[in-house]
Amino acid sequence: MNAHGKAIKYGDHIDTDVIIPARYLATQDHKELASHCMEDIDKSFVGRIKEGDIMVAGVNFGCGSSREHAPIAIKASGISCVIAKSFARIFYRNAINIGLAILECEKASENISEGDEVVIDFDTGLIKNLTKNETYQAQPFPDFIKEMIAKGGLMSSIKGGAK
Amino acid sequence: MTQKILAAHAGLPSVTAGQLIKAKLDLVLGNDITAPVAINEFENAGFDKVAKDTRITLVMDHFAPNKDIKAAESCKKCRGFAKRFDLPHFYDVGEMGVEHALIPEKGLIAPGEAAIGADSHTCTYGALGAFSTGVGSTDMAAAMATGETWFKVPSAIKINITGKKGRWVSGKDVILHLIGMIGVDGALYQSLEFSGEGLKDLSMSDRLTISNMAIEAGAKNGIFSVDDITRKYMEGRCDRNWIAYEADADAEYARVIDLDLSEIPCTVAWPHLPEKTHPATEGSDIEIDQVVIGSCTNGNIEDMAAAAEILKGRHIKKGLRGIVIPATPKIYMECIEKGYTKIFMEAGCIVSTPTCGPCLGGHMGILAAGERAVSTTNRNFVGRMGHIDSEIYLASPAVAAASAVTGHISHPKEVMGE
Repeated sequence: MNAHGKAIKYGDHIDTDVIIPARYLATQDHKELASHCMEDIDKSFVGRIKEGDIMVAGVNFGCGSSREHAPIAIKASGISCVIAKSFARIFYRNAINIGLAILECEKASENISEGDEVVIDFDTGLIKNLTKNETYQAQPFPDFIKEMIAKGGLMSSIKGGAK
Repeated sequence: MTQKILAAHAGLPSVTAGQLIKAKLDLVLGNDITAPVAINEFENAGFDKVAKDTRITLVMDHFAPNKDIKAAESCKKCRGFAKRFDLPHFYDVGEMGVEHALIPEKGLIAPGEAAIGADSHTCTYGALGAFSTGVGSTDMAAAMATGETWFKVPSAIKINITGKKGRWVSGKDVILHLIGMIGVDGALYQSLEFSGEGLKDLSMSDRLTISNMAIEAGAKNGIFSVDDITRKYMEGRCDRNWIAYEADADAEYARVIDLDLSEIPCTVAWPHLPEKTHPATEGSDIEIDQVVIGSCTNGNIEDMAAAAEILKGRHIKKGLRGIVIPATPKIYMECIEKGYTKIFMEAGCIVSTPTCGPCLGGHMGILAAGERAVSTTNRNFVGRMGHIDSEIYLASPAVAAASAVTGHISHPKEVMGE
């Protein structure tokens, strides 16, 4: 599995309230959520994102509210992977559960600039920055998470176990 | 403590930090925002049964009483699901309160039990010596079906509490002070474990506030040792046989932090992160438009009492909006019986139905551009209570009430003179 896209860059402590403000939480429609993604810190996000783009942020990405609407909005907006120095733990779980790829990598977070063209190999955790001709090594997912993703996410994996 | 509870729920003699386990759950919680997403997942996966031995609890508190048609549809979906599976713990308007105040109040969680909730402040029940943590809707859906979930066993930070709180200092000041010390990711992926001789100076209300905001330091949970205060709180609340787990004398901690209660001032978190803490006395130049007293963090009867003590016989500043939100119907009734409601209303505040309301910018007190609020809630992120150019200052009920009287951020002594 690979991702390939341009980097969209944010800072530290990006909370789920700015990823998807609570005023839009009365809906569960993925496209509607995506249409408001990041708007409280970056009004231009929805307009400039292209399918496959990669979000790159600092520490504690996804902190705050447990709303799964946040990773859903990011995924539905077309982002193929979020790279951060660290993730808030509920966001980390939610992203895996709904099938949004995420990677922790300090070097990538520091060195990738807005607009850089990036390719990610999820099997090895290798992140290539084609614009700067650099590579960064992220920790690939542990096996049990790879298995969960291979089975199509948490719900499919427990259903398989129940049968 | 956390590791012992997790081991017991995983059916293992012991667990170590970093280990992946599957644990049985005593309580699974969702609300009117997160449960509809979980119900969709549950139904799409084709499940037709819910786990029998887990208390599946749905609380309609965030956008209820329904703020608009979409919120009404969300609650309707939850109501239908509760009816379909005959869930005994479904709380709708009239019975519902802010979930993390309602659940301990009703004895739905006890020491030594394990809970997850599709709400980040599910960590509140650590106050009782339970393991509880927030998750997302898909985790909730899976847990409703199976009665269990997977965890990575966290390492622990020990908070060794000593000393006695000063006048006007409460659990809110303690947790804001701690977050100011370690930062909003200071306990990321870890447990905060509160113990020490200073615990006897922290009431259950203080503890509920402290555990509630463990997530604001990034923690997985924030758990207190069980003592006489816990035992007294549990009396008459539940007839299950609960277990008090204690940390071993030689338990390993990733870090130990000493916290002397006597050194903690009345503390306020400036926008836009809970770690931006200052003593309340530094806020005299910051004029405010609104005060909110309530939420899962500070909507308990002790919080109401602290606000009433300051507002009694006084009036909030002309032009300021004071919104008081008792967290549950029981607390609401107690406010009436104890005369707090009259005090609040004579002071010029309005007393709202229990709801999460303005805390997450839902309804009942949204801020316009340029407006500032002092709020007893838990987050002051950009746009959390309304417009992205509004500001939230997080404080205790006593500081919030005093600030309502003066119109700027105030230490209670500014109003009470002591």
